[in-house]
Amino acid sequence: MKRAMTTLCPLAVVIGLFLLSLLTLVGRGADLIFAVIIPYLALALFFAGIIYRIVRWSQSPVPFNIPTVTGQERSLPWIKDDKIESPADNMAVAWRMLLEILLFRSLFRNKQLQQVDENRLVYGGSRWLWLGGLAFHWSLLIILVRHLRFFTEPVFQPSLWISSIDGILQLALPALFITDFIILIAVSYLLVRRLASARIRYITFAADYLALFLILAVAISGILMRSIFKIDLVAVKELAISMIAFRPAVPAGIGLPFYVHLLLVCTLIAYFPFSKMMHAAGIFLSPTRNLKNDSRMIRHINPWNKPVRVHTYAEYEDEFRQPMIKSGIPVERNNAAQEQ
Amino acid sequence: MADKRIEPEEMARVDYHPPLRDWMDPSVEFTRGSYCYAAPLKNQEALNLPNPRQWNPQDLDWKLPSNFKRIILNGMKERLNKYRSWKLYLDICVRCGACSDKCHYFIGSGDPKNMPVMRAELLRSVYRRYFTVGGRLWGKLAGARDLDERVIKEWYYYFYQCSECRRCSVYCPYGIDTCEITMMGRELLNLVGCTTEWVVGPASNSFRTGNHVGIPPHAMKQSLESAQDDIKSITGIDIEIPINKKGAEILFITPSADFFASPAWFTLMGYLMLFHEIGLDYTFSTYASEGGNFGLFHSAELAKSLNAKIYAEAERLKVKWVLGGECGHMWRVIHQYMDTFNGPPSFLEEPASPVTGTKFENARSTKMVHICEFTADLIHSGKLKLEPRRNDKWKVTYHDSCNPARAMGLFQEPRYIINNTCNQFYEMPENTIREHTFCCGSGAGLGPDENIEVRLRGGYPRANAVKYVQDKHGVNLLACICAIDKASFPPLLEYWAPGVETAGVHELLGNALVMKGEKQRAIDLRGDPLMVNTSKEGGQRGV
Repeated sequence: MKRAMTTLCPLAVVIGLFLLSLLTLVGRGADLIFAVIIPYLALALFFAGIIYRIVRWSQSPVPFNIPTVTGQERSLPWIKDDKIESPADNMAVAWRMLLEILLFRSLFRNKQLQQVDENRLVYGGSRWLWLGGLAFHWSLLIILVRHLRFFTEPVFQPSLWISSIDGILQLALPALFITDFIILIAVSYLLVRRLASARIRYITFAADYLALFLILAVAISGILMRSIFKIDLVAVKELAISMIAFRPAVPAGIGLPFYVHLLLVCTLIAYFPFSKMMHAAGIFLSPTRNLKNDSRMIRHINPWNKPVRVHTYAEYEDEFRQPMIKSGIPVERNNAAQEQ
Repeated sequence: MADKRIEPEEMARVDYHPPLRDWMDPSVEFTRGSYCYAAPLKNQEALNLPNPRQWNPQDLDWKLPSNFKRIILNGMKERLNKYRSWKLYLDICVRCGACSDKCHYFIGSGDPKNMPVMRAELLRSVYRRYFTVGGRLWGKLAGARDLDERVIKEWYYYFYQCSECRRCSVYCPYGIDTCEITMMGRELLNLVGCTTEWVVGPASNSFRTGNHVGIPPHAMKQSLESAQDDIKSITGIDIEIPINKKGAEILFITPSADFFASPAWFTLMGYLMLFHEIGLDYTFSTYASEGGNFGLFHSAELAKSLNAKIYAEAERLKVKWVLGGECGHMWRVIHQYMDTFNGPPSFLEEPASPVTGTKFENARSTKMVHICEFTADLIHSGKLKLEPRRNDKWKVTYHDSCNPARAMGLFQEPRYIINNTCNQFYEMPENTIREHTFCCGSGAGLGPDENIEVRLRGGYPRANAVKYVQDKHGVNLLACICAIDKASFPPLLEYWAPGVETAGVHELLGNALVMKGEKQRAIDLRGDPLMVNTSKEGGQRGV
């Protein structure tokens, strides 16, 4: 029962959002709420939330230099060090972070446990999660850039270039985007692996399903809107531009499919700063990845470093002076011997 | 281990299917072999630990202080403000599962709460409940749960089934470091007086006597003298062992296990022979007679307190720099913490080898050099005469100890020494070495005898890779550079890969080192007959 709740509750949220957007059929008042008020609120939450979270993280110091080193250190000149996996300067850290953020270096490194038989443990490179994750995130980025054409007049050129490359496989009209397919397949894979593997299902919580369902619903509603339930794109752009200019005006007849899509997107971005999706910002601050392996070269400062109780040499010698003298170990204060 | 012995074949049949029970249910069973004893009252008091009391994990009532919830939550709040790592790692996990099969305790036990992600969730669930809006509002649905005594027990069970090896952190797309999670978890447990004897006992010894085993200065001297005798009988050479010598150039610090425990003892002999041969002006210290630091397995504060002795002693003895022996977590502290804790050591000089003149620029601030860096430089500069054939009875593989690997990146130096001191060296499968290396299963204070089942299970992945090279190449020696390895591998390999012995890299060096004026060696450092293959005659003889 509990297990079912983990998937059903997030599903109910998404269905609820769909039903909620049906309210736009009621009339212009609802239009205003769904086209203007909710998006503004969602955007405000999105930006304020992200800034709040990053500021909160940044307020905590990094007391120790704790990179996870995954390559040969820089030590003796004749030993070749691994510049990226054991970064010793800022440039190397920048490369390490770039590889992590753009290419998911650590996921690529995955060595999955594959038990061959009872007496032999084998670990094999497993790249499916890496591939699925990379395909999903890159598609999402390209789709976001494509969407910029709705918010810019004259249209932001790279957005058009990307759209035309992305739409190169024009099997049907309007242009069918490659990334639409990829994101559907990738997110479905990420969802199915959570449901199919007992181990991954065990570590999947409602929040994980919610994020996946929301993204999937956003993608599906977007695709359907382009290909089947056509909407008035000119009106959508009018709305977007008016919103950007902070003079919101809702053109009539945008159509329900758009409101479904928009409400799902708004929910996603409003939820973003309070969810695990904040990993997108958190990765930049991760001390095991963004620090240099130079802690013996340059002293790392801990702002809250404070003196602790130490058993001093004098206290130590006071306890052991006699046996030390007897066994011929040098001592600081030999008055005990003089007394004898 | 339960009352009867579990056979390796049985232990290797690990069931990886998670139980149907809800993970939020915190009940754990403290069965024999699967937990560490609590620290006795006298050791808790010796270190002024909070809420000291006599208790036992198998007790129903742990006698937690009545306000334990407040204490824990305040402790969490304090640490959230002190450690960005911890705060971030409680927030950003997406539970992708990349870490889920990376922990050696999970691989060996199949217990789903030994998946790094779940180990962290034990804390995250409480964090969400009391520190996040979602957790307060949605409770269980948001992955939040109440803090109660059962949760404390669960923490004790699982935070002492993590050896802080940081293997999972290698594969995490955000670098989430379970070591940070476990360290904070243990600090929180400390606040309510839940600590283990195997951590607090050695730490309180180290605080008072300077080393974990509690050897007083005169006994340490005797121990070093008997190493002197052994070396004399093997090589015919009288060596000097300076102790607490003021004005020496170098202070040498090594884990105290080297002073008495086999096979670490043979590593000590290797150091002593090397230092004699190159005429090193160095000294041991009885006050700072411990390189290891069990404080690290307890709290940052205790780690700092124990670590402070190294610089204090270096200053008192007026040495120029510090050289450190083979040890795992000792080097995590020295490499990543010492300078921050107790530096800057302005009274020391930038380390340079007195023999080769090489400057160890990578240690220019901390001013402490790893013995493998030091020795590799000597060999590379041609300063040592080595006879690798003297190690011919060994087919060697090398275990990257977790901390020198993933904290330092010390991969090539020990291999360079092994390759120059042995003729037969075989690597374990590449997915199990270097940054992918597996812990011995006994690190971070998990090494007591009563914890044997956890240790054997946790050591299974490493031992299994050893078994592979044993079967394939006839490997009979596991070389390593960690004192806990040297203590834990002999029983571990006896269980999983009988016939493979354990040695420090500098034991191999001591065997191979041709010393000026030595007699023909008939025995190796272990006192066994020295056998070398002589390819021409096909026979064996002493050299």
